[in-house]
Amino acid sequence: MEFHPGLPQLIIILVYLALLLMLGLFSSRLFSGTKEDYQVASHSIGPFLLLMSMFGTTMTAFALVGSSGEAFREGVGVYGMLASSSGIIHSLCFFLIGVKVWKFARRHKYTTQIEFFRDRLDSDFIGILLFPILVGLVIPYLLIGVISGGAVVQSLTAGLAPDLFPVMVDGAPNRAFHGGVPPWLGSLVICVVVLVYVFFGGMRGTTWANTFQTLVFMVLGIVTFYVIADRLGGQDGFMANLKALSESVPENRVTRVEMSKTKFFTYLLIPLSVGMFPHLFQHWMTAKSANSFKLPVVCHPIFIMIVWVPCVLVGIWATGNLIPPKPPLPTNPNTILPFLVKTQTGPILGGFLAAGILAAIMSSLDSQFLCIGTMFNNDIVTHYKGKENVSDKQQVLMTRLFIIGIVAVTYLLSLGNVRSVFAMGVWCFSGFSALFPIVFAALYWRGLTAAGAISGIFAAIISWGILFYQGTQVPIEQGGLSKFALHLPIGGESYEIMPVVVMLASSLVTMIVVSLITPKPKPETLAKFFPETAG
Amino acid sequence: MTNSTPASKGPLIITGLVLLLLILHQDNWFWNDGTLLLGFMPIGLFWHACISIAASITWFLATKIAWPLDDSIESNAGEGQE
Repeated sequence: MEFHPGLPQLIIILVYLALLLMLGLFSSRLFSGTKEDYQVASHSIGPFLLLMSMFGTTMTAFALVGSSGEAFREGVGVYGMLASSSGIIHSLCFFLIGVKVWKFARRHKYTTQIEFFRDRLDSDFIGILLFPILVGLVIPYLLIGVISGGAVVQSLTAGLAPDLFPVMVDGAPNRAFHGGVPPWLGSLVICVVVLVYVFFGGMRGTTWANTFQTLVFMVLGIVTFYVIADRLGGQDGFMANLKALSESVPENRVTRVEMSKTKFFTYLLIPLSVGMFPHLFQHWMTAKSANSFKLPVVCHPIFIMIVWVPCVLVGIWATGNLIPPKPPLPTNPNTILPFLVKTQTGPILGGFLAAGILAAIMSSLDSQFLCIGTMFNNDIVTHYKGKENVSDKQQVLMTRLFIIGIVAVTYLLSLGNVRSVFAMGVWCFSGFSALFPIVFAALYWRGLTAAGAISGIFAAIISWGILFYQGTQVPIEQGGLSKFALHLPIGGESYEIMPVVVMLASSLVTMIVVSLITPKPKPETLAKFFPETAG
Repeated sequence: MTNSTPASKGPLIITGLVLLLLILHQDNWFWNDGTLLLGFMPIGLFWHACISIAASITWFLATKIAWPLDDSIESNAGEGQE
């Protein structure tokens, strides 16, 4: 019996996707038929499932392939810039924002951020303003997932069917992709699988699938690390391999000599984005009790470490002289990990790693699809038609129809020439971070007014737009949009800072100033949200 | 432990620890240090892995001495739903 290259990988990917489908369909058997059950699993999620679903949702494909790619390009500093900072700030957001917002949501029956803001600020307009901004910031994030999924499947199934799926460059086969499942097909299958388990399983199916997928990518990340160390090190014993590999790495990758200290510092603001992620907000609403948040708050930083440290080490090893000269390393740093798996390990591990990367991608996609469907139903249709005019059953149906719509739109957009969307990643996060002062003030500052919040949101978006435009003017050879940074001149020195600093400062200052000079919220509104200081 | 620390001091302690973590996060002192701990672990990476562990410990402490929602408030919140 003849086996094609790429076939074992394809079989493993298909088995993995089939398992996910079964999990989603099984979870639908517990569906009670209500909107609350579909959108927030009837607030029944305990600590372990909450930990896994929140971690899976915040970790995208970037956690596996991006971390190793960035370490390859910038060295060990990426861990401090992106991972240990997130360990501190994400848990801070769960602790300060998540628990408090959960309390209000349970008391006043909110499922989406917009429901909360409309009520807290007594303003309908804030919903109309926030809706397109939140959806607009989530869509590029969705596109990154769908496009990455298709690219990973193609890369790891290369060689499967050269006649059916040829990929030629200058008349010769491109070995990295030739014969692999084409991206349009890989992305389509991923979208359909996610759609099926979100459509039937709702939030419960999403949470179960996220838990399964988080376990998969954490375990496979560690296994991949061990096998690559074993193959590349060429020594007897695991520790000897680790030593040989790290000693082979050039100085500029084991230190941060080429990294800006001020840019590193200002990167701390990026993880504040989780405080405004609409999909994470919806996961918070699933918690059975406030105590369910304790496990995610405590374990999140350690989980980030478990996933990131091995990937960062593999990334810097790829810059060392123990890497075989042939085949040459890929030019795109984000393909370093799949490349090493493919060239240094067997097809079975390659298939499992593909499943692991897809797990990381899909565990974010599902929550985002569900959240956008929920927002369309709750914040637009039901809000304007009136809750009394729409039954629970109709709301579930509408949420499902909107999910189908957003999956279809995302898939169609992914077919366009949107490779530049990858540079959008950090910009989406920056946009959410710039909105962080609004949610924080809504929870902790009685003086926040609707006009203050609306002005703050406008300031965030206008500053985002101006800086984004400036970023698009940076030539690709200088890193383009993804490498755009501001330069702050102080005392004759120029300090590099992330654009998010300006966005967040604009939003914060505008929100405070306008709130101070505009009429205060009604006493009954304040009593609802600040009962301890009412009167 | 929840009862042994005065409620007002818990959040202050956690605020202090989080600020300390943020200061320690900016480890300029290891910026150009290429030492490999145990022969394989770059010291800058090791430091930040320790920051991750310290963050978990801090948040564990927060759940004990500064948890923002006590059981009575929590059950009231739940009643609103049920």
